[in-house]
Amino acid sequence: MAGGNGHEHTKWVMVIDLDKCNGCNACVTACAMENNVAFTGEEENAYGRGMHWLRVIRYWEGEWPNVRVRYMPMMCQQCSNAPCEPVCPVFATLHSEAEELNIQVYNRCIGTRYCANNCPYIARTFNWFDYEWPEPLNFHLNPDVTVRRRGIMEKCTFCIQRINQGEEQAAAEGREVRDGEIQPACAQACPTEAIVFGNWQDPNSKVRQLAQSQRGFKYLHELGTEPKVIYLASEKHDF
Amino acid sequence: MHATNLPAELHEQVEKLRKEHLLLDPRPREEMNRMVLEAMEDVNREYFIVMVLLGLVTLVALFGAWGYAMYKGLGVAGIRRPIYWGLFIVSFVFWIGISHAGTFVSAILRVFKAEFRRPFTRAAELMTTFGLAGAGLFPLIHLGRTWRFYWMVPYPNQRWLWPNFHSPLVWDFLAINTYLLGSTMYLFLPLIPDLAMARDKSTGWRKILYTILSLGWRGTEEEWRHLQKAIQIFAWAIIPVMFSVHTIVSWDFAVAMKLGWHSTIFGPYFVIGALLSGISAVGFILYMIRVSMKNMRYFIRAEHFDALGKLLLIISMSWAYFFFNEFILEWYGGEHTVKEILRLYTQGAVAPVWWTMVVCNIVVPWAVLWNKNWRRKPWVMALMGVIVNIGMFAERYVIVTGALSRNRIPFDWGWYEPSLVEISIAVGTFALFFFLYGLASRLIPLIPVWEVEEGHHAHELKRMGKGVVVSVAELE
Repeated sequence: MAGGNGHEHTKWVMVIDLDKCNGCNACVTACAMENNVAFTGEEENAYGRGMHWLRVIRYWEGEWPNVRVRYMPMMCQQCSNAPCEPVCPVFATLHSEAEELNIQVYNRCIGTRYCANNCPYIARTFNWFDYEWPEPLNFHLNPDVTVRRRGIMEKCTFCIQRINQGEEQAAAEGREVRDGEIQPACAQACPTEAIVFGNWQDPNSKVRQLAQSQRGFKYLHELGTEPKVIYLASEKHDF
Repeated sequence: MHATNLPAELHEQVEKLRKEHLLLDPRPREEMNRMVLEAMEDVNREYFIVMVLLGLVTLVALFGAWGYAMYKGLGVAGIRRPIYWGLFIVSFVFWIGISHAGTFVSAILRVFKAEFRRPFTRAAELMTTFGLAGAGLFPLIHLGRTWRFYWMVPYPNQRWLWPNFHSPLVWDFLAINTYLLGSTMYLFLPLIPDLAMARDKSTGWRKILYTILSLGWRGTEEEWRHLQKAIQIFAWAIIPVMFSVHTIVSWDFAVAMKLGWHSTIFGPYFVIGALLSGISAVGFILYMIRVSMKNMRYFIRAEHFDALGKLLLIISMSWAYFFFNEFILEWYGGEHTVKEILRLYTQGAVAPVWWTMVVCNIVVPWAVLWNKNWRRKPWVMALMGVIVNIGMFAERYVIVTGALSRNRIPFDWGWYEPSLVEISIAVGTFALFFFLYGLASRLIPLIPVWEVEEGHHAHELKRMGKGVVVSVAELE
């Protein structure tokens, strides 16, 4: 049921080249803008209530002045075998048949937060309060994305609204989705093109080429979560 | 004790046995009825003041704070990423543990025919019911959208959705409901003859109440036979339910892939922990009953505290075994994050709580309960109840919040401190528990008189040579 693009099962994957990531956080900002991620304010954010679906993990290595820093953008890994899914009592998080992505149904969520505890990637965020966007941020809200209320979980969706839009567009024009046509906000905003998004089933796609690299790895793959994000290790470090 | 024709030299020995054991010190049924009803109807000024205070604390600290949290959002609690569960879940597990007391004392000791249980089965069963009342609130309180809790109930609905039976939270929901229903019925069954007794002796609104509650009990032989059979069935049936409830609560943690939770020993470890907190709480409750209610010194004696103390010592030792087992295997597993969690427990910021647990659950019980003279002192056992429960609260605090604060991604390690709202709700539940217990202590006969009388009939002193021995007849 892959929106008319000819492939029986589209498998959306993301490749993140850690060698190219310079930790600029443009992806974090773009994600927040695209997905109506709540603005919680400085104080709440510092307390650990930030709502970012995407965060850039930063590790310092070595002693000053010989300090090196390494970055790792981390978001929902869209696990094929997702630990968050079986623990939800109300099926608020589950796999979508069409996109084969791990989706969060806001209306169903009752806020047990079990999924967040069970996520080894700490990818999920909780709406602690009803948040309001201070002016002029309230004008940027994206009409394609639901605004969440208090008491429910949310997380990265791989910009599912853009996937659907792209597939519909392609179907309307009677063609397949072109590689690179659909981009989530983070990939679009990345100045170094460290984040690449595409269809794994398309043998010529850029993600498929990049993932062939010797540097490719899946984070915490030993847990058997089968993530759909492939990292390319930085030459200088192993993960 | 029917041997009135004993020689004088044995008289002293008999008196000593009578003073010691309730079941060897029979009093006429009429007198026991009067004593129990007098204790029940004794609504004095102090009682009234305490109850009003407890009610106010429940109203403000529990329901007020809960309402505030619902109105504002769950952010008023101290939890934050990555510690998504905090004091609410800690309290939930704690109260589930308390609720194990009643079933253990009442069902398991009944099945094993432990005679010392007779006067306080009901006092312990009430702890099950009200412990569950407290425990049942927390899964609702901790929900982000409490008003949608019924979405966990499996019933045909317009959403066309069943709950997810893969989720331990659904297992929890079903197990707790089963246990609540089962234990309430099991509380009610042995209560029927006592309610009928109260009906026959009381007047006014109490008479109406007990007439309704006693279901027309007349005490015919057939009714007794049915009652005994029903109690036997329930006593056997409730035991696996009790074990399953805390096992399932432990699976909330054990089936998660969270390190520090992901431990196969959690099922029995949690059950034994629940018994530890439950049984020690029985000691505390019995002390409170003994000092605050009339005529209770006759029914609840040093021998009962002694027996509870022995039980508690054994359970504390079993708990220590499971605790050690869990710890040593996690440590030996050698996973980096687990080592970090264990370091946090033993030396890190959680260490004060972790060591409180070790001291309260192992060191203090072992140091005190070996001594018969201490076990026999009611206030010592009451203190043990408080200390062990502090230890068990600490255990749940360590497991829930400690393990969550360390994960596989060091960038996202966190730290949790409960907020005022959380503390207020946790304290409010204690007030709720004692409020409900206080209310019940004046509404239903707290001592199962017929069971005590049955014990009196079963026990006999017999002269054997130069001494007297106790013989127990099989009645059930």
